[in-house]
Order: sequence, then C-alpha cells, then structure tokens
Amino acid sequence: MASENIATPSATTALRRGLVLPLLLLVAWEIGSHSGLVNPQFLPPLEKVAGVAWQEVANGELPHALAASLKRDLLGFALGAGVGILVGLLLGLSSIADRIFTTWFNGLKQIALLAWIPLISLWFGFDEAAKIVFIALAASIPVILNTVEGVRSTSTKLREVGEVFRFSGPQLVWSLYLPAATPSVLTGLHLGLIYAWLATIGAEYFMAAGPGIGGLIISGRERFEMALVMLGIVVVGLVGFAVDRSASWIEHRLVRWRQA
Amino acid sequence: MSDAVIETALSTRRAFAARGWREWSGTMMLLALITRAKATAWLLIVPAVTLPIWIIGSERGWLAEQILPRPADVLHTLNEMLASGELAQHAGISLLRVLLGFAVGAGAGLALGAAMGLSRRVDDHVRPLFTAIAQVPALAWIPLAMLLLGIGETLKIVVIAKAAFVPVAMNTSAGIANVPRALVEVGETFRFSPLQMLRHVVLPGAVPPIFTGLRYGLTHAWIALVSVELLASSEGLGYLLVWGRQMFWLDTVLVAMIVIGIIGFASDKLLAAVEARLQRWRTDGV
Repeated sequence: MASENIATPSATTALRRGLVLPLLLLVAWEIGSHSGLVNPQFLPPLEKVAGVAWQEVANGELPHALAASLKRDLLGFALGAGVGILVGLLLGLSSIADRIFTTWFNGLKQIALLAWIPLISLWFGFDEAAKIVFIALAASIPVILNTVEGVRSTSTKLREVGEVFRFSGPQLVWSLYLPAATPSVLTGLHLGLIYAWLATIGAEYFMAAGPGIGGLIISGRERFEMALVMLGIVVVGLVGFAVDRSASWIEHRLVRWRQA
Repeated sequence: MSDAVIETALSTRRAFAARGWREWSGTMMLLALITRAKATAWLLIVPAVTLPIWIIGSERGWLAEQILPRPADVLHTLNEMLASGELAQHAGISLLRVLLGFAVGAGAGLALGAAMGLSRRVDDHVRPLFTAIAQVPALAWIPLAMLLLGIGETLKIVVIAKAAFVPVAMNTSAGIANVPRALVEVGETFRFSPLQMLRHVVLPGAVPPIFTGLRYGLTHAWIALVSVELLASSEGLGYLLVWGRQMFWLDTVLVAMIVIGIIGFASDKLLAAVEARLQRWRTDGV
C-alpha cells in the first residue's frame, strides 16, 4: 500500500486506467446483445438506446419531460428552502421553540422520506400540488438542520458587536445571524437540491400524472421498453450530477466572496 | 436557566457538605431528574395543543375521515394490528429484507472499498465506473431492476444492496487511503510485514470512517427498502402503506409510518451509540 501511494501515477495514467472497465463493459454489452447471448429485450444494443434517445429528443418528448421535472424540482426546492430557512432561524434563535419542537422534528425526520408519499397523496391528490409539497418537504429537512447549526455557531464576539450597536431583533437576524450562518445555510441548500431531485423522481414514480422524467421511466417499464428506461436513468444521473456540480460552484463562489 | 441549576446545586452542596457524599450525589440525581422533567414538560406542549384540535376536529367532522381519522381510530388500528400479529409480520419481513440486502451490499462495499483504498491501481480502474453507478440513486434503478429481475425477493435484495454498497465502499476507501502518513512511517520503521501493517496500522486508523460508512449504508438501505416495497411488493411495511393508500385507510397509513419512523429512529440511535464508542476508543488509543 505504502510504496504504491508514494509513486503517484500521472493524471493520464489514471484516465487510461479509468477507461478500461467502462470500455470493456460496453464491448461486452454490444457482443452480448448482437450475438443473442443475452435477450435483446433485456439488453438492447447501444445503437438502439442511442436511437431511442435521438427519437425522444427529436419528437420533443424528452425535452418536454425534462422541463416539467426541472420546473417541479425548482418550485418544490424554492418552497422547501424558504420554509426551511425560516424554521431553522426560529429553532436556532429561540430557545423556547427549540425546547418545544426540536425533539418532534428529529422524530419526524426518521420516517423514511418516501413513506410520506401515500399520506401526501391522500391529502393533496396526485396533481402538481402534491408533488411540489413532497419535494418541498424533502428539501426543507437538510436546510432546517444546517440553518440551526449555522445560527447556533455564531460566535459570541459577533453577538457582542450586535449588542454594542444596539441592533433591533430583525436587524440582528438580517445583518448578523444570517451572514454568519451563510456557509452552513449554503451547505443545507446544496443538500436540499440533491434531496429535491431525488424527491422529484420519487414523486413522479408514485404520483404518475403529468409529464416528467420519472413518468417516462415508469411508462418505459410498463411497455417493457428497456432502451427508454435506460435513457431515463442516464438523464436522471446527468441532471443529478449537473445540479450537484453547479451547487458546489455557487457555494464555493459565495463563501469565497464572503471571506474576501 | 442552566446557571440557576448550577447555582442551586452549589448551594445545596454547601448545605449538604457536612452530611457527606451520599446525600450530595442523591441531590445531584434529584436535580438531573428535575431537568429531565422540565424538558419533558416542554415536549408535551405539541401534543397538548394538537391532540385536542385533532380530536374535536374529527368529532365534529371538520375534515373527512379519509383525510384525518380520529386519534382513537388510529390507536385502535394499531392495537388490532399488534394483537393479530399482522404488524409484526410485515415489520419482520421488511427487517429481514433490509438485513439481507445490507449484508450483501456492505460486504461487497467493504471488499471493493478496501481494494480501492489499498491500491492506487485498483482505485484508478474502478473509480469512474463506480462514480457513474453511485450518481444514480437506488430509487431510479428500481424500474430497470424490475425489468431484469422481476418483482420477486431478488429485486428487493439487489436494490437494498446497491443502496448500502455505495456509502460503505466510498467511506472504506477514503478511510483506508487517509490513514495518517506518520503512522504508516512508524510501521515502516518497525519493518512491519504487509499483514502486520494492515492489522496494526491501517485497520485501527480506518475503523471509525468505515463505521460511518456502515451507518450511512444502513440508513440508505432502509430508505431503499421503503421505496422498493412501495413500488413492487405484496408484503412488508411499504406494502402496508400502499395498501392503506388504495383502500383510503388513513389509520393504516399512519400506523405504518409510525412503525417505519420508530425502526429508523432505533437503528440510528443504536449505531450512533456504537460509533461514539468507536470514536472515543480512537482518541484514547492513538
């Protein structure tokens, strides 16, 4: 272990090594589906998946579904993040609210997220509203947790400055606690974005009304169109990756700006 | 408030000083008990406000029974399902699935994570594919797995195993790769064999992060179980949720949610306690 770690191979070696397995896998996939070793219904050839992808893009189905999913995702996230920051501020700043609610919140948090879907669909139906409520719920949990943590870790020195300036309550929150908690809140928002995307897929699986990537995958499964299911999964992964990366980038920039 | 408690404690200590240690520790226990009772009193505010509203609201029919059943109905359903053994049966099936899936996924994750952490070559080869697979959540894999594996028990085990596999492999490889250089050098000075190095240097340093991975793995496995049971199952707690939803039996849905929450809470607390012990052992030992 030790000797191997000392001699760090160059980036190109890592890249070359990293390509081996995926390429082998793709070759095996092609051979498997063309030779008839594997039922092509289970493993459609790559060009078929690419063909389906092209067709779905060309007839506007995929962009339409993707746009619907992203809109839902962002609406739910915005709602959940807004509520989450408010609740987080309340629990973090008021010791009374903390004593009354925190334990209950921690208990509710333990219910696996998707277990909320049947209840939410009973209360809100299968429409857009139900999906957005579920996504908001998913996004709010990490935002609340991290906002509370950020507010609580505000240093006593800062608090003393606030006292010296005789800040009013809202002034204290706006110009002291919120800026001090920003890095932690941003972490919460970042996690909230990841949760919201997962919840979007979940909501679309179980409340399968209206267009969306999740609905696309479910309909592919129902019609036994493996290529469509695979396409959907790739899109889910790519969007998740893009959301995560852009959130990291924004977080990094905002925190750097604060430190400058 | 805590200042006041300390102040009281100090004055009682002064008062009891003459009577010796036994009384003093008894007083401390009493004070701790009072603090506990106060915390509980604060906690009871939420049910004290919501329960009457819920009871009155459902008695007067503000909301339809399918929207919010009476608390007594929920309790009744809970009791009935407990007495008939139905709840235990569904919970047992779910627990068994999680344990099996977790064992498979965590085992594979430990093996791959260890290989990635110990060897740069393995890490380079596997990392991109692993990241790609990890990027897609277990939930999104379910429809694909359903086409390949059907909706039997294999499907559940595979989906749960995938959910547990990713965090275990990630934390194991990071934990092993991040064992402090200084410790490895000490081992080299002692001319440890690779096996000795693994046993005396790498593993002790990597146990806490590996355990963190196992803890995340179990949490993810539990979430995956609920997802897969919601989508494709005819028994288990997730199925109970779907079934209650279809029949518009909100009391059944609520009971299933409560049980899912309690199991999640208990397993998280248990693992957190074990993890705290492990961390303490590390700070003491190293």
